[in-house]
Amino acid sequence: MASITKTFPDKAQAASPPPASKRRTSSLRPSAGWSWRLGATLIALCVAAPIGALIWMALGGSLEHWQHLGQHVLPSALRNTAALLLGVGVLVACLGTGSAWLVTAYDFPTRRVLLWALLLPLAVPTYIVAFAYLDILHPLGPVQGLIRDVLGYDSPRQFRLPDLRALPGAIFLLGFVLYPYVYLSTRVMFATQAASLLEAGRILGQTRRGVFLRVALPLARPAIAVGVSLALLETLNDIGASEFLGVQTLTVSVYTTWITRSDLAGAAQIALAMVAIVVMLILLERHGRRHQRYANTQRMRPVQPERLSGARAALVMALCWFPIVIGFVAPALYLLGETIKHFETTGGVSAQLLQSGYNTVSIALLATLITVAAALVVTWAVRSAHTAKTRFMKLCSRVATVGYALPGTVLAIGMLLPIIGLDNALAWLMRPFTDTPPGLLLMGSTAALVGAYVIRFLAISVGSLESGLDRIPRSLEQASRLLGESPAGTLRRVHLPLLRPALGAAALLIFVDTMKELPATLLLRPVNFETLATWLYAEAARGTYEEGAVAALAIVVVGLLPVILLARHQLKSGH
Amino acid sequence: MAEILQLEAVTLAYDTPQGRQGVVENLSLGLERGHIGCLLGASGCGKTTVLRAIAGFEPLRAGRIVLDGTVLSTVEFELEPEHRGVGMMFQDYALFPHLTVEKNIGFGLRRLDKAERARRVNDLLHLVGLEGTGRRYPHELSGGQQQRVALARALAPQPDLLLLDEPFSNLDIDTRERLAFEVRDILKATQHTALLVTHNQAEAFAIADRIGVMQKGVIAQWDTPYGLHHAPASTFVADFIRREALMAQRAQAYLRGEEAG
Repeated sequence: MASITKTFPDKAQAASPPPASKRRTSSLRPSAGWSWRLGATLIALCVAAPIGALIWMALGGSLEHWQHLGQHVLPSALRNTAALLLGVGVLVACLGTGSAWLVTAYDFPTRRVLLWALLLPLAVPTYIVAFAYLDILHPLGPVQGLIRDVLGYDSPRQFRLPDLRALPGAIFLLGFVLYPYVYLSTRVMFATQAASLLEAGRILGQTRRGVFLRVALPLARPAIAVGVSLALLETLNDIGASEFLGVQTLTVSVYTTWITRSDLAGAAQIALAMVAIVVMLILLERHGRRHQRYANTQRMRPVQPERLSGARAALVMALCWFPIVIGFVAPALYLLGETIKHFETTGGVSAQLLQSGYNTVSIALLATLITVAAALVVTWAVRSAHTAKTRFMKLCSRVATVGYALPGTVLAIGMLLPIIGLDNALAWLMRPFTDTPPGLLLMGSTAALVGAYVIRFLAISVGSLESGLDRIPRSLEQASRLLGESPAGTLRRVHLPLLRPALGAAALLIFVDTMKELPATLLLRPVNFETLATWLYAEAARGTYEEGAVAALAIVVVGLLPVILLARHQLKSGH
Repeated sequence: MAEILQLEAVTLAYDTPQGRQGVVENLSLGLERGHIGCLLGASGCGKTTVLRAIAGFEPLRAGRIVLDGTVLSTVEFELEPEHRGVGMMFQDYALFPHLTVEKNIGFGLRRLDKAERARRVNDLLHLVGLEGTGRRYPHELSGGQQQRVALARALAPQPDLLLLDEPFSNLDIDTRERLAFEVRDILKATQHTALLVTHNQAEAFAIADRIGVMQKGVIAQWDTPYGLHHAPASTFVADFIRREALMAQRAQAYLRGEEAG
């Protein structure tokens, strides 16, 4: 017992109260954590600003504007966009659900590889798939040449495949590169929810196909809705593929209205039309998910796949590999081949390409850092808010994640007004200090671009950090506080170490997405500032494909990183 | 001996969309220095909310809480948890999974220098009977061992008051009983003041010097175990205490073969 009195000498003597320095009484002051809440509110306001600006700008246009748009620009662009969305939606739903069902219900050679390989097209951005196929399927290119040889024709004038540069071509390419969104969500649903229901269906006398149509498909509807809406948001966002393939979508119209005609109000009006479509897509997804509470909550059991052999196995294999070949293998091999050819002929890359690469990486790193930090502020503010303020904080959190649904072009147009306004304000502030007008500080730097990236991708880090924080029990915070640690200290010593996986995953996803981004980058970058994506876009527009393939290959390789992450997660969790 | 913890007419409530829901109404109690108190009651009677209010995680609607002469909470004022000099043991142990046992116990000892901190941690490990486990991580320990680490960690900064929030519920029965007696021995040896919250009568009677039987946000009686048994203040208390005693009696009679089933 002697050691105990040594450990607690105070207690042994029924000691006097601890020294005054240990206890500070606090007077009335704003409740703890106000700085976090202020930060979160500011971030939410920043995200909401572009939409507000859009509405403001659109209202600023004159009536003739609206008339002109309504008569000439909007109808055809709207028609094209609607047709594109419809076509891509149907295609990704079929490809994604079909492949998910085939790998779930049947067992055949290479099935285990297919489970993650079906995700590969996610690494290929839409503009790169268009870039690649325009060359692959060029009338003078390898594929058509082969077909001509087989059929005995000599020149493209005697036989050529229908031009890829049309709406059907766009639907085809976008469908085959965006189906993984549907595959992913549907596959998870089949793998975790389906087993007992499917078996019940079988027992009740349905064939495998009947089970698919009557049980699996309705069950998967929420997952299909989620996947399709994500794919369609990507379609709406795309500018590279639509423009290369000659489809005048709303996105392309916004771009040309602003760049070639300097008509900001007109561009804003078209952008608002796109926002309306986004809202419709989100509502559609909610509607598709409305029965999600019917999901099976029983123990997860894997579906027992039916073993196939012979011709049937070959057929199913071919059906499953087909989308991967079109969506990833063919473009990747083409890019690889062109890159090797390029290095063989020129032995290196141009300074411009290197500069673009450097720009891309540095801006991606900066955007990632800021986005993760901003997400930390928002999620921590929600976490540490007390009762009444929680609802407002949750609202801020939702607003902050709205940027993800906005197409890059819409976001960029929406940011132009606030940025120019800020620039003017800064110039006015600096007038007493300098003689020469500073010009457009923000627009001339990459600040606007980084801001756009942050707003667009904040949802990724907020989502990741939110689920990471949810996994940390509140009792850990309370324990830390009672051991004498302040809220900020608790964040530093307890939460951040435990959030490392979530932070890492978010950083990786944002970094890759920033590197791939094209629409907003085209509009907001400073003069003479190229990223790999914009440089590639310029090369394709000029028709010079030589070095573009190297840039494209670099983007695809980087794009593989999150796919690998996803694939490992799938393999580990068994679905 | 003077009372070190005083709760005076404490009222606690939650705000729900349907309005304010009272949880604790006009509760008063006093705990003497070096004593172990206990709030005993069924789930939903408000005992945990009282504990959280003492720790600083629940605002007061009325009344005040005083610890060793310092006002912790009133309606207008709340001292931050980190400045209250209160320690706590949790139902889920709440050990930091990314830190070793040593680092867990030393978490609240930032102000000491390294050598002093190491010495204190070692003494505490010895106190709770976990010598040699300092380098391990919480997930490598059993439930009972984890709870001992939690005790050591809570005692390390020498709190004026130790709160125990149903700390034995996640343990199996044997470990529970053994640990309950051990915790009492340690607390008595170090002369800490403690307040336990539980729904388990056996634990309450094993550990506590004073027990408050709670029902729907009110203390029906605050007394020694003897007093509760032999001088219950109300039918509720009598039934509450006697029910368990009655069950124990019937179990023994059955085992002796005097009663069937």
